[in-house]
Amino acid sequence: MPTEPRLPEIERGTEVFSVDPLTIRTHFEVDYLHSYKQDTPFFHGLAKGKLLGSHCPKCRYKFATPRVHCMYCGGPTQWFELPTEGRIHSWTVCYFAAQEFLKEVPFTLVLVEFKGVDTLFLSRLVGVERRDIKIGMKVKARFRRKATWTVRDVYFVRPKRDAD
Amino acid sequence: MRPVYVIAGGITKFAKANPAKDFRLMVKEAFDFALADLDGKLTPAEIDGSVISYFSDHFTRQLKAGAMVQDFVGLCPKPHVRIEGGGATGGLCFQQAWESIASGRYEVVAAMGFETMSQVETAKGNEFIALASDTDYDFPVGGYYNGYYAMMVVRHMHEFGTTEEQFARVAVKNHNNACHNPYAQERLALTLEDVMRSEYIAWPLKRHDICVMSDGAAVCILASEKAAEKFCRNPIRITGIGAGSDCMRFADRPHGQVPLLPHERKSDYKYLKYPGVHSFRAGRVAAMGAYKMAGIENPLEDLDVIELHDAYSSSELQTYEDLGLCKYGEGGRFIDQGQSTLQGKLPVNPSGGLLACGHPVGATGLMQAATLFWQLQRAIPKHFGNDKLQVKNARRGLIHSHAGTGTYVTVTILERP
Repeated sequence: MPTEPRLPEIERGTEVFSVDPLTIRTHFEVDYLHSYKQDTPFFHGLAKGKLLGSHCPKCRYKFATPRVHCMYCGGPTQWFELPTEGRIHSWTVCYFAAQEFLKEVPFTLVLVEFKGVDTLFLSRLVGVERRDIKIGMKVKARFRRKATWTVRDVYFVRPKRDAD
Repeated sequence: MRPVYVIAGGITKFAKANPAKDFRLMVKEAFDFALADLDGKLTPAEIDGSVISYFSDHFTRQLKAGAMVQDFVGLCPKPHVRIEGGGATGGLCFQQAWESIASGRYEVVAAMGFETMSQVETAKGNEFIALASDTDYDFPVGGYYNGYYAMMVVRHMHEFGTTEEQFARVAVKNHNNACHNPYAQERLALTLEDVMRSEYIAWPLKRHDICVMSDGAAVCILASEKAAEKFCRNPIRITGIGAGSDCMRFADRPHGQVPLLPHERKSDYKYLKYPGVHSFRAGRVAAMGAYKMAGIENPLEDLDVIELHDAYSSSELQTYEDLGLCKYGEGGRFIDQGQSTLQGKLPVNPSGGLLACGHPVGATGLMQAATLFWQLQRAIPKHFGNDKLQVKNARRGLIHSHAGTGTYVTVTILERP
């Protein structure tokens, strides 16, 4: 007797959270081929232990987080190397985080200001207790030895001889 | 531009999770609520089109969810468009709906918003929201919104001496207001001690300083003068529209001068570098636009009630200043003096705000619009079942919708004709 066509049964079960309303776990994952495009020099810089900002030759405005065009005149900016020392402009200690960073809590985020630079740079501060962190405190950029080719390749610490 | 009116509003109860209803059914519920308020005079057949607001495709795990809403509520084959602008999505949707009537394109339009954030765990939800910050520079260091707003208020504390107790007072006010709002998610009679003792999420912001994730929907129906007269006994007129924007990365914000409101002077801010990360320039620009259009010269005197975007208790304080209810730096004192309480000079967030109502992103701005509409209709007792939150003699009010770190802000003025 000919058998009716049928789909094969699925061996692996489905995780059910609730029967009514029926709630199941579904998974979604994606790998991007993410290009930093025009910002590539910044990430190359991190791997070489350099923090690159950009400046507008026309407006004389300096961006600590690089932008390849000036936000005032729209003209092209030029890359320049930021000082490795700056000061804390603002900060927080995170005790909760986005899922990807939950395993790293508590961690400290800082906005760093550099002398003579008009905008700020967001990064991590490492090795300073919450009670010791103050706005205006000197911080120094450190770079990971093994590049991850992300903005996480730079972080900040308190300089050893802190002459505040 | 011709006059535009709000003729109906509808909301669902906001909840941490509403697994029994998908986004379409929640919107349908809010939509039917709005239509029922017009005693059956308006049917979907008389609605010319819609604007649909929802923030994140990640939460829905469904692209073109707006098309599914349009279909589900029975508005096909009429035109509709989706609006997205982070936390300000609802406010932008409301203003887009206004534009569709003001321009003469539609006579009646439905502004419909929703979010279903319970589809993922809270940490994942925070991650989805963090993807609405720069994913090359801000997110990869562990940046997320609680952290960004914490850094913004830390600078506010540094510049102006604002204290943790001061923004905790906003959380106390809004949660206590929400006790009388049956649609609110967190109806908690919190004390200052409760807020101050809740755990730190991102120092100095604590659990009760931060709004919660929600499932919910909200709808507003807007109409031309002719249509408003036909369908509604007490329409409320939209008299001011303003919007602003700011750099996506808050690190990029300038340190320049304050754009002044009519009642402010340059000498008020001699030494202030603005907006920096302590203030929301987009909020100031949005307020200036809306005040100019509505003829408001001194907001504290000229407004009777405000529903503003308090995703963080700290941002309510910062927003008092952007809106010019007090000068920059005086937000802390404004709450200390009780000016924004129900009994104060200018009640802010009588509904409970986002802190206590919840923040289903795409619905939030429309929920604010619906509750302000009811305030001006003096219909809060009708919809909330009690008169505790009805601001007496409310004639002119403001709604304020705000996206992450102040990247988009809308300010809209509503008036009782």
